[in-house]
Amino acid sequence: MNGLINRALDWFVRDTFGEALRRGLVEALSLGEAAFEPLMPCAPDVTERLLAALAERVGRAPEEVLEDLGTYLVSQPRTEAVRRLLRFGGVDFIDFLHSLEDLPDRARLAMPDFALSEIRLHPEMPGLYRIEVGACPLAGVALGPVLVGMLRAMADDYGALVLIGSRGADARCEVIEVRLLDAAFAHGRAFDLGAGPVVR
Amino acid sequence: MTAVAALDAMLARLCPMFALVGPTGHVLAVGPTLARVLAPREGIGARFLELFEVLRPQSVETMAGLAALEGARLRLRSRTGASHVLKGVVCRLPEDGSLGPVGGVVLNLSFGISVVEAVRDYALTGADFAATDPTTEMLYLLEAKSVAMEESRRLNHRLEGARQAAQEQALTDPLTGLRNRRAFDLALARFRDANQPFALLHVDLDHFKQVNDTHGHAAGDLVLRVAARRMLAVVRVDDVIARVGGDEFVLLFPGMEDAADLDLVARRLISAIEEPVSDGTRCHRVSASIGGTLGRMRAGDDAEAIMAVADRALYAAKEAGRGRFVIATAPPVAFPAAARNDGQGAAMRSR
Repeated sequence: MNGLINRALDWFVRDTFGEALRRGLVEALSLGEAAFEPLMPCAPDVTERLLAALAERVGRAPEEVLEDLGTYLVSQPRTEAVRRLLRFGGVDFIDFLHSLEDLPDRARLAMPDFALSEIRLHPEMPGLYRIEVGACPLAGVALGPVLVGMLRAMADDYGALVLIGSRGADARCEVIEVRLLDAAFAHGRAFDLGAGPVVR
Repeated sequence: MTAVAALDAMLARLCPMFALVGPTGHVLAVGPTLARVLAPREGIGARFLELFEVLRPQSVETMAGLAALEGARLRLRSRTGASHVLKGVVCRLPEDGSLGPVGGVVLNLSFGISVVEAVRDYALTGADFAATDPTTEMLYLLEAKSVAMEESRRLNHRLEGARQAAQEQALTDPLTGLRNRRAFDLALARFRDANQPFALLHVDLDHFKQVNDTHGHAAGDLVLRVAARRMLAVVRVDDVIARVGGDEFVLLFPGMEDAADLDLVARRLISAIEEPVSDGTRCHRVSASIGGTLGRMRAGDDAEAIMAVADRALYAAKEAGRGRFVIATAPPVAFPAAARNDGQGAAMRSR
């Protein structure tokens, strides 16, 4: 599955920072094209090195880069397939939040070796949710920050007005807080259930 | 709320594609999703069997016939719009009239395998399916697998390109299993770098073109494979034997320094190749012309120069008639780059 994560990072870098930076990274790390094959096995440390080198080059913390990656995956046309697959999770943003606990199972259904961390949703009070993301079994990438970026973009997608932020992490899990201000703030983007898969 | 109204409300939530049909066969209520399927037609008030045709287990013309199918797995076709085939099941209402008119039935329908088209045709959303209905998960899975399949197809395409490239880089001639030109060049360079003496034969099949032209490529390929096998039986384990052209072979004999030894090998090769080759129905006969040379190269020598010497010997063998071996007596030590052009070492002995 690291090949898939590397591919996501690869597209993110290319679309966000440009081809030159992307080429520089790949050359500096001596990565072959095989490192970016979603269906090919790849050592987790490649992802780790890729992320560290990227963060350094763009002068940001790795967590910030991962947040942007999460938003990118949901909001960019090139990764429309990700948005569509996530939208199957719920008919509205709240329904979607409740489907997050199924996300690792859904990911595994799509790709058997796709091992996401466990996700737990705790409704704290009306409109306030605490999400615990298990410490990542994958070396190199913390799921928490990616999820923060994804949730922000998915809220936009559903037309919900939310405040989302990380509430820190310990050895066991990362905690994300979601404050739902208005579930039907805007129209959101259309989701046509039967549109079929996106062909790039 | 009456019991009947309560039943409608519950059914609408649990089975959004239900239809409540009265004893006269007229639709009394439909679930919200079925209403979307029937739209723009108003389902309520219409006769159910005018909206749907029952295909299995048997066609039905009357309300009594429909009620008699209680519990069976129904297949129905919508008579309106996109005429999807649906699955269904029918239940009779209780005889005491507690849940609706006596003689009426409740049907629940679903799209079955045609759900993908139905979702598209009726623009259904996740909210159109019951909360327990796995349709959304099915659509998710279908889409996820399509994305994965597409990725797999692309990967296969890339791997096929890589395989072809690797094959070109490979060292084996796929037809005969012998080494190929590239492998031969590498072996020659190895001998040169080790400054090791060796003998070289350049073999060209005679009459091969006739076999190929007259009896086709399959016969030609058979002759090449058999010739290769027979040559392998003549040479030693450490000798290098490569197919370098259509019907051209080169053989390298490490450590061979005696022209008489080379002559013996060449004559064995010719007689082995001249044995008839049978394809089960006919016999093909070919022979071989061979040019050879003995020598030793030093680092920096041009490997092509020694090939040029062997080529000239082969040409002389061909000129002398078929099935001949000609050895070019090369200069004792080296084949400098200039040897290619100056025609030196052309003292040839025909055998």
